[in-house]
This record gives sequence, C-alpha cells and structure tokens, in this order.
Amino acid sequence: MIVAERKPIDEIIEKIKDYNKILLLGCNECVTVCEAGGKKEVGVLASALRMYFLNKGKEILIDEITLERQCDHEYLEEIRDRIDQYDAVLSLACGVGVQFMADKYLSTPVYPGVNTCFLGATEKRGLWTERCQACGQCILASTGGICPISRCAKRVLNGPCGGSTNGKCELSKELDCAWQLIIDRLKAMDRLDDYEKLADIKDWSSDRAGGPRKVVREDVQE
Amino acid sequence: MSEKTSSKLERILASGNLAVTSECGPPRGTDPEAIIEKANLIKDYVDAINITDNQTSVTRMCSLAACIRLKLMGLEPVLQMVTRDRNRIALQSDILGAASFDINNMLCLSGDHQSFGDCAAGQNVHDLDSMQLLQLVRKMRDEGKFLGGDEIKRPPKMFVGAAANPFADPFEIRVPRLAKKVAAGAEFIQTQCIYNLDKFEKWMEGVRERGLHEKVHILAGVTPFKSAGMARYMKNRVPGMDVPDDVVKRMADTPKEKQAEEGINICVESIQRLKEVEGVHGFHVMAIEWEEKVPGIIERTGLYPRPEV
Repeated sequence: MIVAERKPIDEIIEKIKDYNKILLLGCNECVTVCEAGGKKEVGVLASALRMYFLNKGKEILIDEITLERQCDHEYLEEIRDRIDQYDAVLSLACGVGVQFMADKYLSTPVYPGVNTCFLGATEKRGLWTERCQACGQCILASTGGICPISRCAKRVLNGPCGGSTNGKCELSKELDCAWQLIIDRLKAMDRLDDYEKLADIKDWSSDRAGGPRKVVREDVQE
Repeated sequence: MSEKTSSKLERILASGNLAVTSECGPPRGTDPEAIIEKANLIKDYVDAINITDNQTSVTRMCSLAACIRLKLMGLEPVLQMVTRDRNRIALQSDILGAASFDINNMLCLSGDHQSFGDCAAGQNVHDLDSMQLLQLVRKMRDEGKFLGGDEIKRPPKMFVGAAANPFADPFEIRVPRLAKKVAAGAEFIQTQCIYNLDKFEKWMEGVRERGLHEKVHILAGVTPFKSAGMARYMKNRVPGMDVPDDVVKRMADTPKEKQAEEGINICVESIQRLKEVEGVHGFHVMAIEWEEKVPGIIERTGLYPRPEV
C-alpha cells in the first residue's frame, strides 16, 4: 500500500488560515490502513483545527467527508454538488488523491494534509516500512524476493557494499542491510551459488527516470 | 595477467614486484598547491597515487582535476570514481576525459552514503553499482564501445581496480564477492585498512583456494593510527572496519606523546607480516592527512627504493 504520514499541524494551519470554509477530505484506502488520513484521522484533525481557530477568535467552517477512494473518478464525483460551498479542500489522501482532486475541480484550491512516503507494509501497528519503489521492472526473482532497490540505501544490485556491519546498514544500526537479508534468503533456499551471478546493468527507463508512466490495458477498457 | 595498458602500476605488478600506492584527498577549495604539496611528500616512495572522489561524501575538488595535476607533475594517478554522484552518461564522459590526459588507472567504487557528508539532503544517483562500473570501463577499453553500443574513437586504456573489504559482513560471501568483482573485470584490488591480520589471512586463504590471487593483484590496505582516540574511532564509528581489542589496547597503553610513533610501528609490523602472505602483491598506504609519514613507513618495510620498470 501507499504509506503516508500526517503533516505537522503548524504547516497545515499556515496553508489554510486565510480560508473560512474548508472541506477536510479523507480517504478510506491506504491512508486509512496507515492511520494517516482515514475517517478517524479526519475527525481528529478537524477537532484540532476547530480548537486552534476558536482560540484565535476566528470563525471557520470545517466539514468532514471521507470518500471510499480519492484516486477514482466515481468516488470523487460524490462531492461535485457540494464542492462550491468551500473555499478550499484539505485532502488527507496520498499525493495521487490530491492530484486527482486538483484535476477534477479546477477552480478549488486543494492542500495536502499528509506527506506521501513510500510503498510499504505494516510491520505492526504504528510501524510501516518501505518495500517497493515501483521501478517498473521487477527483479525480485533474482534477489531472493528481497528488493535491493527499495531496501538498500545505495540500491546496489550487486551488494552488499562495504558498509554492512552485523547485518545492519551503515546508515543506522536500526536498519537491516538488504543484502544481508538477500544472502540469508538465498542460503535458506540453498541457492547461495546464485549470489555470484552478476546483475545486469539496469534499464531505468521504466523507473522515474523515463518520465511519467502509465499502464494501458486496452482489453479491459470500455 | 599480461599488460593491456600503459599503466605504470600494471607494469610493476606484472613484473612481480610488490607495488606501493598511497592516496591524497583533494582540497576543499581551488588551490592546486594543496594537492601538489601532498604529492611531493610521497611521490618518490610510491608507484601510483589514488585521488579520492569526494570521500565520506564531503564536497571537494573533483578527483579528475586533481589527477590531471598529478599528471602535470609527471606522476601516476589512480582516478577513484564513485557511482553515487554520476549517472552512466557522466561516468563514461569522465572516463573519456581522464583517458584524454592519459590517466591510466581507475578505481571503481560505490561511495559512502551522502548522509555522512555536507550534502545530506542531496540525491544520490547509483545508476550503476561498483561492479557494473567495472564492467563499463572494461567494455569501453576492451570492446572500444560505449554502453549504448557505439564505437569509441581512441578507446580509454585504463588499468581497472576495485575495493574489497575482507571484514564487512557477512564474512562467508567475502571471497565470492571478490570473485564477482574479478568476473566483472577488476585487475587490481585495494583492500580496506587491515588491522585484524588473522581475519585477513583467513580471507586470503579462501582467495587462494579459488585461485583468485592469480587473476587479480591484491594490494593490502594499511592506515597508521595517529592516536589511541583514532583507533577507538575506527573501531567503533567507521562502518565495515575491524580493529581488534588488543590493537586498541596497545595504542591506549602507550603514553600519549608516543602514540603516533606506536601507530607507525603497528603499520610497519603489519606490512612486514603481510609481505609474507601469498597473493598479496603490494600495499595501499592510506595515511589520512598524514602523508609525511608515508616515506618512513615505506623505508622501514624495505619497499624503498621503488623499482624502475
């Protein structure tokens, strides 16, 4: 899923302080799972903002809506008949949702309430870690199912680098060395010989480097 | 291992002599004197001088420009190049530039992470990794082709090296990792600083078992301690460094005013012992901001005068 983290409230206030009518828009997908922008977080943030502006003596309307998804025309259409009631939208969706909102409602200012962080997994409640950088050419088959692009700080395809110590990355003792994990996996699968296969120079054109990407499936288009 | 380039370092290694290299860090400014002074301190005692490439990710004068300074002095540089800061266009372009000045040696590295340096908020590139950089230089040299397949007019003739850290984890892949670098095209290796000689010798046993010592020239890396504090710092703070407790203790047990001398003694003793290790073809003496000590170390270990080849 996409993992996000709520922005500091001061940064949010700075952006919206001059508006009088705000729609605080949550999303029921990834940001709900990572507890950054679902219905619950919309409620908490709305209360905090109301409290802040009340203390400042400013009257402000903050309405709360949480859509099933903000990255989908169908759900984002649900607010079309209400959007003109607001001066601005504060979206707690990931960057995709914020942009979809901006595309669709051309004249309504939209502000992001979260920082979109990475594609990751829930290790446990309150701990999410990165697993994928969406490079567009998956190499997991040759790295024991562990991704060195997203999990190695230098994305070395023939690792580990010289900084790997006791299975940890040179960046932090808290951070696993991706190549230690890969080697542990190859060993567990009795495939350590695979370690010596040189990884090809990667074609990054399907990555960010190639420009904005799209996936087209004509067979499922209507 | 027949000679393929005009590299003096390659020639010395091919002749069977123990090679000696050292290194200089370029200045954090534009004054070329900084590099000239350092080089003058060591030039008669080493066969080639590595120029580091923004080491520890701290911005400095570029390695290529400093290497050209050495060439202008008639010296033999080893161009260090990291994959952290350049994509494949810049890497190939810099290789051509270096070769146009007849810089004949290159060391392919990934580089420290930028978060250790003065631009922690910067991007890193890592378009290639260090092994793929080795492959790239060998392709440019041996096939005379760019990565994209086009012909290179007057291909670069670089003697190509890589780093090896026998002490990083996991130990069991340290020999396979060297094999991989050799397969990628490494012709010489400069190792991480060696303080744990037992572990290094164990690694070399594995290297010899696979016959790698006959495929690549291994230069053992050594760095003298200036103080007990430095020994402790290297042990505790430098990733991938293995400094045994007894070495730290030896430095700590030495009176402060004698610690620098003791650091040199340890370095000299290490070289003496490593000279006997089959497959060690030379030494890479990294006297960090202490270049003036290199001549003494080389003299005391019987590696002076340097051979004329």
